[in-house]
Amino acid sequence: MENYPALVPLIILIPAIGAFINLFWGARLTERGIAIVGTTASALAFIIAVLLFSYLSSSGYEAAVVNPPFLDGWVNLVGIEIPWQMRVDTLSVTMMLVVTGVGSLIHLYAIGYMHGDERFHRFFAYLNMFLSFMLILVTGNNFLMLFVGWEGVGLCSFLLIGFWFDKAKGVGWRNSNAARKAMIVNRIGDFGLMMGIFLIFATFNTLDFYKPGELAVPAGAHGEAEAHGTEAGAEGEAGAAEGEESHKRPSFVLAEEETTGAEYTNNDHIPTEQLGVFGQTERYIAEGDHEVDFGPFSLPFNTVITLITIFMLIGATGKSAQIPLFVWLPDAMAGPTPVSALIHAATMVTAGVYMMVRSNVFFYEAELTSFIVAVIGASTAIVAGFIAVGQWDIKRVLAYSTVSQLGFMVAAVGIGAYGAAMFHLVTHAFFKALLFLGSGSVIHAMEHGHHHAHSHGHDDHGHDHDAHGDEHHHEEEFDPQDMRNMGGLARRMPATYITYVIGTLALAGIIPFAGFWSKDEILADAFIAAFEDGQLGGFIVLGLLLLAAGFTAFYMWRQIVLVFHGKPRTEAAAHAPESVATMVIPLLVLAFFSVTVGFMNFPSGLLGLDGIFGAHRFTDWLGYSVLHVHAASFNPVIAGLALVLAFAAIGIANNIYSKDKEVAATGRDPLQVRDGIGAAWNLAHARLYWDETYNRLFERPFNAIAKFLADTLDWAFWHDYFHNTVLLKGFRSIGTILSQPVDLGIIDGIVNGIGRLARWFSGFLRPAQTGYVRTYAITLLLGVVVVVIVLLLPLLQRG
Amino acid sequence: MVATEAYLMLSMVLFVLGTMGVLLRRNAILVFMSVELMLNATNLALAAFARQWGQEGGHLFVFFIITVAAAEVAVGLALIVAIFRSKRSINIDELHQMEG
Repeated sequence: MENYPALVPLIILIPAIGAFINLFWGARLTERGIAIVGTTASALAFIIAVLLFSYLSSSGYEAAVVNPPFLDGWVNLVGIEIPWQMRVDTLSVTMMLVVTGVGSLIHLYAIGYMHGDERFHRFFAYLNMFLSFMLILVTGNNFLMLFVGWEGVGLCSFLLIGFWFDKAKGVGWRNSNAARKAMIVNRIGDFGLMMGIFLIFATFNTLDFYKPGELAVPAGAHGEAEAHGTEAGAEGEAGAAEGEESHKRPSFVLAEEETTGAEYTNNDHIPTEQLGVFGQTERYIAEGDHEVDFGPFSLPFNTVITLITIFMLIGATGKSAQIPLFVWLPDAMAGPTPVSALIHAATMVTAGVYMMVRSNVFFYEAELTSFIVAVIGASTAIVAGFIAVGQWDIKRVLAYSTVSQLGFMVAAVGIGAYGAAMFHLVTHAFFKALLFLGSGSVIHAMEHGHHHAHSHGHDDHGHDHDAHGDEHHHEEEFDPQDMRNMGGLARRMPATYITYVIGTLALAGIIPFAGFWSKDEILADAFIAAFEDGQLGGFIVLGLLLLAAGFTAFYMWRQIVLVFHGKPRTEAAAHAPESVATMVIPLLVLAFFSVTVGFMNFPSGLLGLDGIFGAHRFTDWLGYSVLHVHAASFNPVIAGLALVLAFAAIGIANNIYSKDKEVAATGRDPLQVRDGIGAAWNLAHARLYWDETYNRLFERPFNAIAKFLADTLDWAFWHDYFHNTVLLKGFRSIGTILSQPVDLGIIDGIVNGIGRLARWFSGFLRPAQTGYVRTYAITLLLGVVVVVIVLLLPLLQRG
Repeated sequence: MVATEAYLMLSMVLFVLGTMGVLLRRNAILVFMSVELMLNATNLALAAFARQWGQEGGHLFVFFIITVAAAEVAVGLALIVAIFRSKRSINIDELHQMEG
């Protein structure tokens, strides 16, 4: 069991291999083969994650750093050493379990959902590639690996949003535009993250989170150390028992006990420059007035940390879809629904939250940034929740809901509730994936129902028909995602309905579903931050999140009523079939977890039930890798208030939409026609004119500048004027000078002069060539005579 | 035995006769014959020297010269015939198109 961390490279490698197989040979495989390859790769990754989980549980939760073979000196330059090291600790294993667990279920679901698609193999290749990159992101032990994963998942997101780029009637254009929008908006965030990483390197001269042999959480770091004091004792024994076995470890697993030994419970014996970034941060904070030297100038350490965290926050707003960069996520719903569930709800968009929790040491110290984070998160939660009320597209509602819930997590980070943020991340991954898959099931059914209703005589539900293709050969436009076309689906698809309701209740925060516990913990932490610590951010977060929770319950129940209750409003809805087993099974599994996963972090102080479930188990588990994690006990006032709000919102929504005739009659929302609220609803429907504002503030000036630069500056001035007058005429005149006086005059003059000279001189010699043989003969004779005389001259002289 | 000087005198006379023929004659065939006379005067001198010194090198030269002279006759007579065919004359004073 102590060798399990050595498996962690495989968790990346196996999905990568799956992606390669499907990418290069997928076209030759059958759908069944492609699905087996893709889903098996994902499931194997999940098994590895489970093995790593059991390793951590049995080895006292000590983090292990793994150097994969063949990748020792990944970046190894003078002064820059960034190893490809992977970190197995409670935080990364949590992310691995979520990514691979939810990912495997979504792979299974996609088999049914993508059935018949012409690029089936490519879809599975992309999904596996995404898993691979996401696991690089969460397992990396340094910011550069995190960045590699960060960009990789961004690429996969782009590829999958624009997956149906060739749909007819302009839909393909819309899809690929959405993909480009996601890419471009994320570039802005990635720029921030890159700046942050550069600044981290300049400050600490390393990018490693923690070096091998360094303890992330020294003993006694937590205020509630006595809470898991007994575990620490057991851990000590386990460590001692393993100490004897430690020499059996493979050399590339640098487990921390090996180097620290039993006697070290903190990092005091390690010099500061040999610590990772977070260890160094702790030192500098303890030191007090540390100045960071940047060569020409130096800054106080606190300022540098604030700058780093602000840059990281920009990165997180891009990837985790926060104000001001959240605009890409609702458009990203153009991708296939399994993609929306996996990438744009459960995993990739939580990367920003993961990064901030991973960097909790930074954020804990940066009070200003934390306040900004809290305000951004809370306002995102409320803004997105408000917009979600005014949407008709079933997936757009869920998209804004995701933005809103990510706002909850970010706000939790902002008030220092890192454990609550991760808890909500995990529960949200389950119930939001469930909701997206449920919506996919509904959309799929609507497409089939529509096809069925419009092809009389063909009652095979179009199974041999490309459900996602563009072959719908009928005149009128039909949007299978528009909730106005639905209604009454509860009777048609009971499994989808029940699981969808479970997901909705979990999202709305109804006890005892998962969302209740995680949302309550964030709110309880906000309460502590507000009333016990007196932070302004705490008040803002508490107020806005309570309101946002009310909105959440309202828009989700509106969706339930519009989609599943009442009478079918179209033929398609009346004929929608229940989905196939591979799609329903993931729904059931996710529904099970949406109910139960909240109990893993059961709060203390609720009716003594923590005796059964154990109190704060998830928070304690995270406490082994997240330094500044703390658990909030159950707060009956806040929990009660949130519950009352949620129930009230559900009741109001039920009241409004169940009795409503407006949607069926005119296709308008009952809130829209009501006096006073209509304007607000229209505002929500128009998404607060957020995209339009960006269009006006950034796109139009940008386009105007670009147009000026292109048309006026570049084309008119640079090309026509500058090139014609300066370059063309200049070259012409220089060319004229060179050709006329220089070449023809001087060069030719010299050459011709030499020729004429030779000619003139040869004129003297020409008469010698008379053409008469006799002349030549006598010349020859004379020559001979001269030669003979010269030869005989010595004889004559001697004589 | 005839003295070597006598052969050399004869050779000199023949050579001068040939030289005069080349310089003074206008008929190309006669000029050609004069050249042959000069060559044979040389042959005679070479043979006389060879006998004088008892060495074979002179004889060897003589054979070479005879061979080359035969080849020269073949080419030279062919040239003269070709010139006669185009010019209807072999007067060398009329053949001066190659003047510079």
